[in-house]
Order: sequence, then structure tokens, then C-alpha cells
Amino acid sequence: MAKPDGRRIFWIGWVIMTIGIGGYLAAGLFMKSAASNPLLSPARSMFLPGKTSHGHYQIELACESCHESPFGGREALQEACERCHGQELKNAVDKHPRSKFTDPRNADLLEKLDALLCVTCHVEHRPEITGTLGVTLAGDFCFHCHQDIAKDRPSHEGMAFNTCNAAGCHKFHDNRALYEDFLAKHLDEPALLARRRLPARNFREVAAAFPGYPADRFPLKAQTAPDAPAELMTSKETVGDWLATAHARSGVNCSGCHQVENEGAKAWVRRPDHKACAACHGPEAKGFLAGKHGMRLAEGLPPMTPGRARRPMHAKARDAQLSCTSCHSAHRFDTKKAAVEACTGCHRDGHTAAYERSPHHALWKKELAGELPPGSGVSCASCHLPRDEYRAPDLDAKRVLVQHNQSDNLRPSEKMIRPVCMSCHGLGFSTDALADAKLVQDNFLGQPRARVKSLEMVARRAKVVEAKRQARKP
Amino acid sequence: MKVSRVMTVALAAGFTAAAPAQAQVSYKDMADALHAVMESDRTVYTRMVVNRLQNEEKVIKASEHFKDDKALPLPAQMFRFGSEMVAEKKKSFSYSLQSLWPVNRQNAPKTALEKKGLEAVAKEGGKPFYGEETLGKTKYFTAIYADKAVAPACVTCHNDHKDSPRKDFKIGQTMGGVVIRIPMK
Repeated sequence: MAKPDGRRIFWIGWVIMTIGIGGYLAAGLFMKSAASNPLLSPARSMFLPGKTSHGHYQIELACESCHESPFGGREALQEACERCHGQELKNAVDKHPRSKFTDPRNADLLEKLDALLCVTCHVEHRPEITGTLGVTLAGDFCFHCHQDIAKDRPSHEGMAFNTCNAAGCHKFHDNRALYEDFLAKHLDEPALLARRRLPARNFREVAAAFPGYPADRFPLKAQTAPDAPAELMTSKETVGDWLATAHARSGVNCSGCHQVENEGAKAWVRRPDHKACAACHGPEAKGFLAGKHGMRLAEGLPPMTPGRARRPMHAKARDAQLSCTSCHSAHRFDTKKAAVEACTGCHRDGHTAAYERSPHHALWKKELAGELPPGSGVSCASCHLPRDEYRAPDLDAKRVLVQHNQSDNLRPSEKMIRPVCMSCHGLGFSTDALADAKLVQDNFLGQPRARVKSLEMVARRAKVVEAKRQARKP
Repeated sequence: MKVSRVMTVALAAGFTAAAPAQAQVSYKDMADALHAVMESDRTVYTRMVVNRLQNEEKVIKASEHFKDDKALPLPAQMFRFGSEMVAEKKKSFSYSLQSLWPVNRQNAPKTALEKKGLEAVAKEGGKPFYGEETLGKTKYFTAIYADKAVAPACVTCHNDHKDSPRKDFKIGQTMGGVVIRIPMK
């Protein structure tokens, strides 16, 4: 039998290798599960067209999350944007909604800037042109439509168009804390308001009436005896932790979280995930899944870990998998620990490091020591997981709950002004403080070094308007 | 107005009469019908909600910032929100409220036809204005109807508003116009 020659062996090897590499890359590209498969995810990452922005990098391998349809074009992409961000824009009373631009009378504006599509201003995978909040347009984009603003507002004459946003006066989407009449209402407020208090959470008071709350399973009646199977009751500490919680006081026994029912059969789950929490804490879980802590879970990927983060994190925490219990710790669910220690246990940036020296932290310590009433201290959560008023359809009562999407009020950070800063501070001080990047980095140790001009401009205009009103009087 | 082109009833918003499924109406008739609904709803809201509760009973105010002020939406906002909801439904027509003396400058006429139409309805009172115009790459049938001050709330608010360019409106006067656009096939 003749020996195969070297050339033949080479070509056979080449074909096998080509098929192998091609198959590996094809599996990475076409198999949705490749995003969470450690063997295939490197293949999938080769298809990334460029570094993904800060907002989306965690889910960049779940390509289908944004590119739902390979041939859907920009409209399909738009639907994906709205799936995650649509409600947020509605809540923000978006100043530039799509409906404004579908009006044919604005066809000329659309030719300058296609504001119907998010990707006109927020192109993904283009790090070289991506700025704050994922904006990929030059900072003077307002010029395209508002170039004659000085005709309507002579006070704006000569202002550069890259200052509309950068000076802290206007935002493209969310101007709830910046619009003229709101500013006019809050002129001359002191830096510190007389009453400084966050709203109190009130879940227990409204839970039974809350749509979706399983009050039939958990009548609001204090529990004292755990109902877990006897063989699992090995830790007295766990029982003690549970007894100290609102869960025990509100009728939620062990089975409430650990027992699942599947087609009539009951099963015990040792480590319940966020879905178990969502049975009662739906809006909180929704917020968690929408934010940077839970967005990977929302897209079917393995949980976020500090090791995957782009922001500085403590090395010891790098492999911690984020879930509800990673901050709230199972059984004890200590909201005070979740409000500070859970954050500082992972985050290692300058703003976090400066917190302990800040006046906010001093207030927090006083609240913990019982020297100040609840809601007077300022924890990480006070600002980043703020207490929102939540009003469900068909519910008369308002619920104050914690927004668990910690990115929600950072896009842009002026979203913090009304629900957070103005719980304690005047509007002018709040606006100035948030516009001062160094002060933010120092965790508000000090005073704002500059003033945002908008309040002064509003005050000046109010005087002119009033003078004209008086002049018209007979 | 010569009725040259037609569109199916299915495209119109409220044509549900016993007409056959493929009956056709002219652009003008469709615009007139849409306007009849809009004008009636707008008048009802202005007179029976805003004017009654704000001006007569004085139990609640109407405010541009109705959420913050826990007040009623202004009639113009009520109209705009409806128009935006229609836009989201991607229907084959659009409409807006405009004026030669707008409180919000975004509502000033933009196209030549809008300006001509608003001037015409301001002069001629009840008579609508019809025309055709091309915006973007689409040709539209555009109808403009006078929008009149139907209650004291209209004139007091506009005459007193800091951004209003005109402060001498009287009841019954034309304050602006409803512009309805239907793309032509």
C-alpha cells in the first residue's frame, strides 16, 4: 500500500481545519445559546463590529436582544430600543417623541436629523464617536432645528449650540426638572430646605390591595413558626434572621419563597432566584432587571459579576453573582445593609470611596444611631435606588417603592433633582451641585463652584413679563 | 373642490355606517368628517370640563403642567395628546392645532399652505380652506378649519399667557386653525 503523500495530508488537514473553524464561528454566530456558553462565546465576540457602549456592553453577546430580526432594518432595531427604553421615555415626558416627527409638517426637520430613530443619535459599536449617555452626534446638534432660537428668546443670542445641554439648562428627552415654569416656581430656595426627609416606604399598608400581590397565599398575619421541611431546619441563625424581617411579620413563611408549584406538584427550591421575589415585589424585580445589576439576567445570560464591570470594583468581589440576595442577603433582608454596605462591598470608584467623608454619610450614621428620624440619612440607595411614587392602574392608594434600576436616574443625572435632591435641597443648589463634576466625584463634600445660569435667566424674564403685564393694565 | 382621488372607508377613522365595505369617500369629505368629531370633542371638553370647573365653579385649575400642578390638561393639550395617540397608531392622516398667534411657537404655521390657510380662515370665519402640498416626498390633501374661542377660558388664558403674542382675543373670534392632512395616493 502506497504511503499518502505530504501534500495530500496537508490538504485533508486544511479542509478539516477550515470546516472546524467555520463550524465554530457559525455556531457562535447563529446559536443563540452561544452568548452564555463559555466555549462558544469567544466565537460570537469575534463578530462584534466595535467596542460596545457603557450602556450595552454587559449584553453585547446577546446580539438578538437588539438585532431581533436580521433583515428587519432600522425599524426592527427601533423596536428593540423601545422595548427596553420606551416606557422610560414616556415617564420622562420626552420632549422629542416620535409622534412629533411623524407629523408631515416636520418633514423638513427630519431631512436634517432623522429623530424618528434612536440610532440617529445613539449609534452602537462606535467608541470613537460615542460621548456621554451614548450620544454619537456632535454636541451642537440642537442647531439643526433651533438655530433661530434667539428670535424667540433674545437672552440666548450668541450662545454656542454645544452649551444647550452641556451648561445644564436643557436635555433632549427629559426636562422635568429644567423647564421654565418649574424653575420659576422654585427660585430663591435655600440650599437646605427646612424639612429634609425621604418619603417612607409603605408596601405593608397597601400590599393587600396591590394588583398582583398574592394576598390569598400570604395573608398579612405575623408568622412565628417556620414551615420548611424538618430536615432543612439546621440553622437557628437562619430562623432568627427570618423572624426579624418584615416577611415574618407580614405572613411570608419559608414556603413563600422556597416552595414552587409545577402542574400541581410542589417542589422545594433551595436557592430561589429573582423570580421568587417578583411574585410579591414585581415592580422592584422589573427595575432590577432593567438596570446594570440585572440586565444580563433579563437577556437570559449568566448573572452580572463585578469582574465583568468596566467601572472599578474590589478584587475580592469579582466573582460575586448579582441577584436580589447578593445585596439583600437571604433571610435577613436588611435594607440598611443593602443601602450602603452592599454597594461599597463591590464598587471601588472615587465617588464611592469619598462617601464616608461626606455630609450625607454623617446623616446616615445619625439615622442608624436613632439620632435622626427615618428618611433623614443619605445612603447610596437614597440617591441611586430612589423611592418613587408608584401608582398602579385600578389602585387608589399610592405606593412608595424603591426604584431598583439604579441607572434610571443617571440618564441624565438631572433626573435625580426632583425625586432625590429636592427632598432636602433647594432647586438652585441641587442643579448647581449636579453640574459640578468635581463635587460629584467628591461625593458632595463642599459647595458647588459655579452656578447654572438658567434660574437667573428665568428670574430676569419673569421680571420683564411682569413689567409688561403691569403696563397693559388700564 | 374637485374630488379626483379617493380612499377607502377603512382608512378613515370613524366611518362605520351601513356603507358597503369598499365604499369610497373623497379626501374633503373625510377631512370634514374628522374635523366634525374633533371640533365637537374639543368644544365639549373646553366648555363642559375646563370652563365649567375652572372659570365657573372654580374647583380646579387647568394648567400646562397639569401633572405637577395636579390640574386639568389645557384644551390645546387634550387635542395634541389625541393627535399624538393617532400618530402612534400609524393611521393615514395627521392633524394639529396651529395659530398665527401661538403660545407655543412650535404651533406657528410652517408650510406656505398652512400660513395661507390660517390667514384665510381667520378672515373668512366659518369657511374651511382646502389645498394640496408636497412635504418630504409625499403629496398631501390639507384642510384647515377655523378654531374659535368657544368659552371665556380660551380668551382669559391666551390673553394672560406670558408667551402669547396676542392679548386681545374675544369670545367667538378665530384664534387659530385645525390642520388635517391626508396623504394622496
